[in-house]
Amino acid sequence: MLSVCRHSLSMQGKFTFLAAILFSVSMVSAEEAKTEKEMKPYTEKILNTDVTFDMVPIPGGEYMMGSPASEKNHEKDEGPQIKVKIEPFWMGKHEVTWNEYDIWSFNLDIQRRKLLRGKFDEKEKAADAVTRPTKPYTDMTFDMGHDGYPAICMTQLAAKTYCKWLSEKTGHYYRLPTEAEWEYACRAGTKTAYSFGDNAANLDDYAWHYANCNDSYQKVGQKKPNPWGLYDIHGNVSEWVLDQYIPDAYKKWSGKGTLKFPVNVPTTLYPRVARGGSWDDEPEALRSANRIASSADWKIQDPQIPQSIWYHTDAIMVGFRVVRPLTVPTAEERKKYGLDPAIPADEGR
Amino acid sequence: MTQSNNQSTSRRDFLKVTTATAVGTGILSTLGSTAHVHASGDDTIKVGLVGCGGRGTGAASQALSTKGNVKLEAMADAFKDRMDSSLSNLQKQFSGRPERVDVAEDKMFVGFDAYQKLLDSGVDVVILATPPGFRPIHFEAAVNKGVHIFMEKPVATDVTGVKKVLEAAKKAKEKKLAVGVGLQRHHQAPYIETIQRLKDGAIGDITSMRCYWNSGGVWEPRLAREDAKSEMEYQMRNWYYYNWLCGDHINEQHIHNIDVCNWLKDDFPVKAYGMGGRQVRTDKKYGEIYDHFAVEFVYADDTRMYSQCRHIRNCWNSVTEHAQGTKGSCDISGAKYETTGGYKWKYRGKKTNPYQVEHDDLFAAIYNGTPYNEAEYGAKSTMTSILGRLATYSGKPVTWDEAMASEVSLMPSDFSWEGTPVTVPDENGFYPIPTPGVSEVLKKA
Repeated sequence: MLSVCRHSLSMQGKFTFLAAILFSVSMVSAEEAKTEKEMKPYTEKILNTDVTFDMVPIPGGEYMMGSPASEKNHEKDEGPQIKVKIEPFWMGKHEVTWNEYDIWSFNLDIQRRKLLRGKFDEKEKAADAVTRPTKPYTDMTFDMGHDGYPAICMTQLAAKTYCKWLSEKTGHYYRLPTEAEWEYACRAGTKTAYSFGDNAANLDDYAWHYANCNDSYQKVGQKKPNPWGLYDIHGNVSEWVLDQYIPDAYKKWSGKGTLKFPVNVPTTLYPRVARGGSWDDEPEALRSANRIASSADWKIQDPQIPQSIWYHTDAIMVGFRVVRPLTVPTAEERKKYGLDPAIPADEGR
Repeated sequence: MTQSNNQSTSRRDFLKVTTATAVGTGILSTLGSTAHVHASGDDTIKVGLVGCGGRGTGAASQALSTKGNVKLEAMADAFKDRMDSSLSNLQKQFSGRPERVDVAEDKMFVGFDAYQKLLDSGVDVVILATPPGFRPIHFEAAVNKGVHIFMEKPVATDVTGVKKVLEAAKKAKEKKLAVGVGLQRHHQAPYIETIQRLKDGAIGDITSMRCYWNSGGVWEPRLAREDAKSEMEYQMRNWYYYNWLCGDHINEQHIHNIDVCNWLKDDFPVKAYGMGGRQVRTDKKYGEIYDHFAVEFVYADDTRMYSQCRHIRNCWNSVTEHAQGTKGSCDISGAKYETTGGYKWKYRGKKTNPYQVEHDDLFAAIYNGTPYNEAEYGAKSTMTSILGRLATYSGKPVTWDEAMASEVSLMPSDFSWEGTPVTVPDENGFYPIPTPGVSEVLKKA
């Protein structure tokens, strides 16, 4: 059979054919899963660096998004609850750390590739072509720690552009979660205020928040994970999602049956949504259903005009986490749902 | 500007009513009888912007966001494209109050002498926000013209410039001109309260101070050599990397932290020891500046200030100031201290935008006619940074007095696109880099 192939297939075709044979005998690696069943946790290495990050599978399913009015500290924008169907995806086990983020924002991969004469392949070329931010005027860690700590203070655009770069760099499609996906992953099948129950007194086991953090974010992954293996999903830093913040979004969505891939595509710069609460928050802000709206105040100390499209100066509580949908969206879907970063044409003046 | 409402009364009427109730906007009610405001015929303060980059545009926006009747009337820049985008950004910013941005075409000045044309066009307040090398010249001209001034830090890049600013500052005082300097920490509530507490002895006597501006560096060179029409244009577009324009990053950025230590100490160092170099940012496109400095400053009473600044990616970063006292230590930037007795204090008050407050304070002083002059400490903190650079470049201790006696100027003699900057590249495009142990920094070459 192979000899026939040798005559009838191109080299590339032959490779695909051999790969298909390998897959069929379940040699599929965790990060190349094609079906939900094959999805396993995996570790992604960022090329031309020593940095890796871990992804965990989030099964598809349905859940009630938002919180019931009976929940303690329930806020109006969390209701009414709506039924949402979620397709399977992987999610970052941890918030994106400075170690990962600075590779992109400071060109550390390019620097290292040049110094060590590293591989410069198609992926690298494509990744290099993704816009990178201007360097910040000041120190964006705010002296709270770098290695192992969550990246903060980026705009939602910066987080989205990082995902685009990461996609080119790895060959896997990464993006921010939608608000619905984020809450689904955070809840991990639970219906309580937090993914570990309703009792905020247990929060110290799972989260960094105002009372236990000594005025600073903390290294990721030190607390207990949620049932699906996500660390710091409550607290440490709030996490950007893709949506515009619309206070009565759930009201507009309710009564429309089970929603598939609900997302409020942003039309204005503010407010947009962050989730999960942070080191700088009280326990109620860390609830699974709590929604945080960004505002112009997050950039109030940026003294330039135009203000940076990449940095906030006063959002030292905001970071993000990446997801990778099992089914890669088409170009039309990416456009429809606002999944790609849209960098203003006049950037870089 | 159309005088369509009663806020735009004449200056005479304006003065008359101020002792009674507010005239439309809050700040006007505080105008005292000694008010020394401005030359225009009504209560409108006409602002001119010199240097239309991101920061200049931001400063203009903050000036126009003060409570009084302020409008931007003139702009000046070496480059027309910078000015055009600045204007369109400000128009966008003030789309709700378009009367605040009212720049006629004949009030837009381009070139090296644009600042003088702007001053001659009749503004009341000028914002000086070009690269810092030009500041002494612009400040002196503004003082001579008798206008109020907001100038960005640092206020010079060499000793000659500092001396010029100090001279002009004296004159500004005599003329009762208000002068604000963009060291905004002086207008930032957590800093103000922390420094006051330290001065009141919260951690005893101050025995040493530390400060840092360690970061990944700033913007990449904007203009490629092959796209530059002249060496002058190349350096002007990439001004951060040339000393006559920027003063190196110890001057351009780290001045903020150095200035905080001076503020706490109520004094300026008499001597500096430094070391530094170009370890990572060595490409010729990065001009002539260093990428790291570590400087030990000595005050007259032998107290030390330890300073670091670094522009290297992926290292420990910090932009902070700290003080050690006989009875405790303080994170000044974090607005918190701890005494040896175990008492902990942290600022819990309001946080406001210091970039706005510095303009609010300046314009309030202009309306009130209250003495307001930040030029002297602005110049001396600038000098402190320059002193650190001189000690680092030479590799030898440099005293304040030695440095102040120096006549070395980094400025070109001919300000034109054909003019030649003091340092020029060799045939391979590399600039002469100051070398510790070799470079003479106080004597003219």
